[in-house]
Amino acid sequence: MSRARPARPGPFSASLTFGWRAVLKIKHVPEQLFDVTMFPVMFLLLFTYLFGGALAGSTSDYLQDVLPGILVMAVAMITMYTGMTLNTDIQKGVFDRFRSKTVWRPAALVGALLADAVRYMIAGLVVIVLGIALGFRPDGGVIGVLAAVALLLVFAFSLSWIWTSIGLIARKPESVMYMSMMVLFPLTFISNVFVDPTTMPGWLQAFVDVNPITHLVTASRGLMHGSVELAEIGFVFAASAVLVAVFGPITMRLYNRER
Amino acid sequence: MSSHDAFAIEASGLVKTFGEVRAVDGVDLAVRTGGVYGFLGPNGAGKTTAIRLLATLLHPDGGTAKVLGHDIVREADAVRSRVSLTGQFASVDEDLTGLENLVLLGRLLGFSRSQARARAGELLEAFDLADAADRQVKNFSGGMQRRLDVAASIVVTPDLIFLDEPTTGLDPRSRNQVWDVIRMLVAGGTTVLLTTQYLDEADQLADRIAIIDHGKIIAEGTGGELKASVGAGAMRIRLHDLADRPEAQRVLTQTLGVPVELESDPLALSARVADAERVADAVAGLSRTGIAVTDFSLGQPSLDEVFLTLTGHPAEPADDINDDVTEEDVA
Repeated sequence: MSRARPARPGPFSASLTFGWRAVLKIKHVPEQLFDVTMFPVMFLLLFTYLFGGALAGSTSDYLQDVLPGILVMAVAMITMYTGMTLNTDIQKGVFDRFRSKTVWRPAALVGALLADAVRYMIAGLVVIVLGIALGFRPDGGVIGVLAAVALLLVFAFSLSWIWTSIGLIARKPESVMYMSMMVLFPLTFISNVFVDPTTMPGWLQAFVDVNPITHLVTASRGLMHGSVELAEIGFVFAASAVLVAVFGPITMRLYNRER
Repeated sequence: MSSHDAFAIEASGLVKTFGEVRAVDGVDLAVRTGGVYGFLGPNGAGKTTAIRLLATLLHPDGGTAKVLGHDIVREADAVRSRVSLTGQFASVDEDLTGLENLVLLGRLLGFSRSQARARAGELLEAFDLADAADRQVKNFSGGMQRRLDVAASIVVTPDLIFLDEPTTGLDPRSRNQVWDVIRMLVAGGTTVLLTTQYLDEADQLADRIAIIDHGKIIAEGTGGELKASVGAGAMRIRLHDLADRPEAQRVLTQTLGVPVELESDPLALSARVADAERVADAVAGLSRTGIAVTDFSLGQPSLDEVFLTLTGHPAEPADDINDDVTEEDVA
């Protein structure tokens, strides 16, 4: 038997290997993409045609406004799968094997998050293609749309660290989902995704104003329609940095903790 | 292989507590390099905690241990690079295929893509899994999963491998296959430390056995030594004619020089004998007297009896939670 002991892989290579693992899982269990794609499709159709006329006077006007918001909401919602997947791995003992190797410790998490980007892009693609078929016309052009998606990916990657922390604490994948929902629902709905916040009571507006989702939606709308304010993009980057700075170390601490 | 290490594991006074429970309660251990060392004990005895300590997945609350010459706390990375742990439940990824699982681990250990594939192919072949290489692991049988699990632990052949209850919940055929795999590892020069709650498994595989109960090692030695420590073997004789029994009892008592018991079976007698040579004389004596014997057996005490004698309770609890989990796991 071979006793060759290769040099341990670098952080980047190890992360990519874990990313490859997650992509393989998507390949073998394609059902997991079902909610990734159906969820945004349902929301886009529902809100555009059910509320569009009432909220914006016409469904096609509303679509221009709501599509970037639904894109943000859809991707933010599916970030929670990161935590669920991680929790499942832990329950099944797969992580013990990874932890007992000398690979760069965060690689397993970074790799999983990289593969999640694949999911986010699929969801994004579905929303945008459907939107264009329904009459979404971004003034910002292809560049503007791509820039909005890129910004969204940065934020989603950062947001995921909350779910990895929860994924490491929770006893069951289902509890990760419940906990994530409790955060994600208010975070995405109490924002400017669907309606103009000016009609909301003051205390609610106060929350909407500091909600990073609001700024991300504003920035995405701006990028897609060619009227972005740099301050909004700056706010999103700052929020992302704070999320990683806080939940990154918490996640790694929980990950390295014995269990 | 580092032949200069005489001991694969040296531990003294290892302690690990979980809240009030002293899961490992002062374990001293000296495991020589090469061969199989068995941890035998019932569920909850502390076997798993002990090997998780030694495999650096847990930090000890007391005591010290060196694995392959490296301290498990200060030199954890050095230990990790040379040992492998196969947990109680298959820790391979069910969604991936057998091949993908092994390639993944090969890549994480630093093999190039082609090296990882070559090594994975070698292992699948050796473990009789080549046909299942491209099937998802969730469609593997329990025995196949366990073999893949062991294969995953030796992508880079470790100097020491910890196998935590490698055959729990497997059917006899799969169990034999796992035993073959273990023998193959030993032949390749790897030291194996396995835990088991099956006495015959320890008896069959292990060169030396430590019996663990309530976090303490209560006996240690070869299977033979442990049996001898409990005392003599049991001789049992079954007669053709029950009318012969009083006479047979007299003859046997005389030649063996120990008390001969009448069994509840009206044809049978038994005695505890320390000296095997006298047994031959006793049987010859019976035939000289014209007493016909239909059945005769002389056995060492089983490890079951050893366990019962040492701990005061049987080795395998009749009903335990783990069994349920295992059945689900295998199904």
